[in-house]
Amino acid sequence: MLQVLALVAALALVYRPLGDYLAAVYSSTRHLRVEKWIYRSIGANPSAEMRWPAYLRSVLAFSMAGVLFLYLLQRIQDVLPLSLGFTSISPHQSFNTAASFVANTNWQSYSGEQSMGHLVQTGGLAVQNFVSAAVGMAVAIALVRGFARTRTGDLGNFWADLVRGLIRVLIPMAIIGAIVLVACGAIQNFSGIHELGQFNGGSQHINGGAVASQEVIKELGTNGGGYFNANSAHPFENPNGLSNLFEIFLILVIPFSLTRTFGTMVGNARQGYAILGTMGLIWIGFVSLMMWTEFHHGGAALQEAGGAMEGKETRFGIGASALFSVSTTLTSTGAVNSFHSSNTGFGGGLDLLGMMLGEIAPGGVGSGLYGMLIMAVIAVFIAGLMVGRTPEYLGKKIGTREIKLAACYILITPALVLGFTALSMGLSTPPDSMLNVAENSVHGSGAHGFSEVLYAFTSGANNNGSAFGGLNANTQWYNTTIGLAMLLGRFLPMVFVLALAGSLAEQQGVPKTAGTLRTEKPLFAGLLVGAILIITGLTYFPALALGPMAEGLA
Amino acid sequence: MNQSVRSTARLLTAGLRALLVLTLVCGVIYPLVVTGVAQAVFHDKANGSEIKENGKVVGSKLIGQSFTLDAKDKDGNPLPDPKWFQPRPSAAGENVFNTRYSIVVSGASNLASDSKILKDSVIARRAAVATFNGVPQRDVPVDALTASGSGLDPHISPDYADIQVSRVAKQHGLSRQAVQKLVDEHTDGRQFGFLGEPHLNVLALNVAVRDLATQQGRG
Repeated sequence: MLQVLALVAALALVYRPLGDYLAAVYSSTRHLRVEKWIYRSIGANPSAEMRWPAYLRSVLAFSMAGVLFLYLLQRIQDVLPLSLGFTSISPHQSFNTAASFVANTNWQSYSGEQSMGHLVQTGGLAVQNFVSAAVGMAVAIALVRGFARTRTGDLGNFWADLVRGLIRVLIPMAIIGAIVLVACGAIQNFSGIHELGQFNGGSQHINGGAVASQEVIKELGTNGGGYFNANSAHPFENPNGLSNLFEIFLILVIPFSLTRTFGTMVGNARQGYAILGTMGLIWIGFVSLMMWTEFHHGGAALQEAGGAMEGKETRFGIGASALFSVSTTLTSTGAVNSFHSSNTGFGGGLDLLGMMLGEIAPGGVGSGLYGMLIMAVIAVFIAGLMVGRTPEYLGKKIGTREIKLAACYILITPALVLGFTALSMGLSTPPDSMLNVAENSVHGSGAHGFSEVLYAFTSGANNNGSAFGGLNANTQWYNTTIGLAMLLGRFLPMVFVLALAGSLAEQQGVPKTAGTLRTEKPLFAGLLVGAILIITGLTYFPALALGPMAEGLA
Repeated sequence: MNQSVRSTARLLTAGLRALLVLTLVCGVIYPLVVTGVAQAVFHDKANGSEIKENGKVVGSKLIGQSFTLDAKDKDGNPLPDPKWFQPRPSAAGENVFNTRYSIVVSGASNLASDSKILKDSVIARRAAVATFNGVPQRDVPVDALTASGSGLDPHISPDYADIQVSRVAKQHGLSRQAVQKLVDEHTDGRQFGFLGEPHLNVLALNVAVRDLATQQGRG
């Protein structure tokens, strides 16, 4: 409980300074020397304004280059230096991993310590951890500009937003954070896999690597791909209670603070607080429910053991594990310090539901803010229907075009999740991967096997990346379909966000009248929470009932 | 048509150039800077917090080890060595790819909360741990019955250490009080009083037990 309070206090402390700093970074007209050097090598003019199609094309071109590069890097790993003797990765797994890291998902169908060498980890995967996060922030900022600007179609310059996000925000924060993690005991070296003496006289092989530097950006950029298979449960990634709380802080700090950036940029801090309040309310609600169910230890096996400690580390215990698992699934992080598959039935359901909400409380860096703003547009629309007025948000009319774009946005992910899950359950071979359904005998109950598949596609399409690990996802079917779900779930929504931003920026502002819905008031935050829960609830309820609810009630 | 192909190509080239430059910044310069600082300021920690005993490295403080005999049980698993404090059960896997290394692949069981396999193994572990330590079954704590997340958990709870004290003391001919004192000294409370849970490092504790036993043998 004290850990939650300390976390909230730390987040509150940096909320205003960081949020205002971010607003200043993205509004500034000055370019640092190193940035100018980067723009020259890219061949981009950072001061040229882009309309939404140009902004989108740059996002897609940059991300496509990322997928191709990362794919190639894994395919030829065997002939590259610093690969520690690891072989090349299979085509479907390389595709899956490339899609995963570029889409800010970091779903992993491989085990880091036995497949990826220094070069791929540090020069490929960690780089995408940085840039995919910066892309997310850039798109969110473009949407905010759409609200803030009038009678223009200009949304800023993608290259400038990308480079500034990296040079002025992510890299400096990551350097400080990495040093803190090393001070806690996370490793940071290039000694490869080396031999170490053992207590009984024998020897063991231990992985070395640039772990702390990758760990910090994995949390800060809400990526989640662990250096090791065990992710943040591995003592080299997350050595003690302090590093654990610090990592949760890193996950949440940018997504929460971006609401301040939003408020500052649209010229009304209280609009930002309303969004923050909505996010905070959902987060606190999930933390409380998760703590309750995990300490209550449901599930026959966990009751037998006397506590939900399966898949959890001694140094964290149940409380710190529950806090981590809520924070990782309500953002697009997907790092884990305990294994969600062994959570209590309802606990696993909460992890799923957190992702299904669209990861907006507070969500991924950037993606959380734009996802929440889309929900706000929908909530405003619903409110408008109730009183029979043309809905408007932040002085912009929400007309037919805007609401169509918002509706398309919220339909993509459920369509991907439910469609791919249904296909996987319906086809004859994919279910074999659920060691756990063939099961009743093997891993868990039939309901749990279904949950594993549902979780996999929910995690992929929402760009989370955590897993119910009982599913063997390294098959052609899952590598390919989850890879597609991740790419479509990341970039299709961006199309609609940017189109919406463009359409908002073209409008001229509507003056505020007595009849305007006050979107900075708690009443609106309440309406927003309701809209989010109802929309998600109705979409996913049947699937949830078949999986985690059946398990939790059994 | 030609125009749009050309502009697409130009855009992709820009994307690739951007990626290469940023790879240099985030994938080369950044990790080297962090490694440089880490190695200079926190040399031991950055290299894996190795524990030494009489000048010889006996492992990493952060990576759990097994303390077993050469003898195997009927399933082919090595039997626990009664002379040493035992760690938590582990569900870590074996390295199957690059077999010239004998690394342990970190990981958890991922068994569901209502899994019959998990329930059966909890029951079996409870019986085994109780017999092994000569304590009643109800005294076996939860961390002795469940596998950790990483499979490399270097710690156990104070409760699990307490039920092992008599067995370890007897095996070394040490007094119960002396071993209990070591356990108490090695118990780390919650960090700053509120972070995480109380725990003991099994490797460090066993090193201390061996030291004490050697001293007593000499004295």
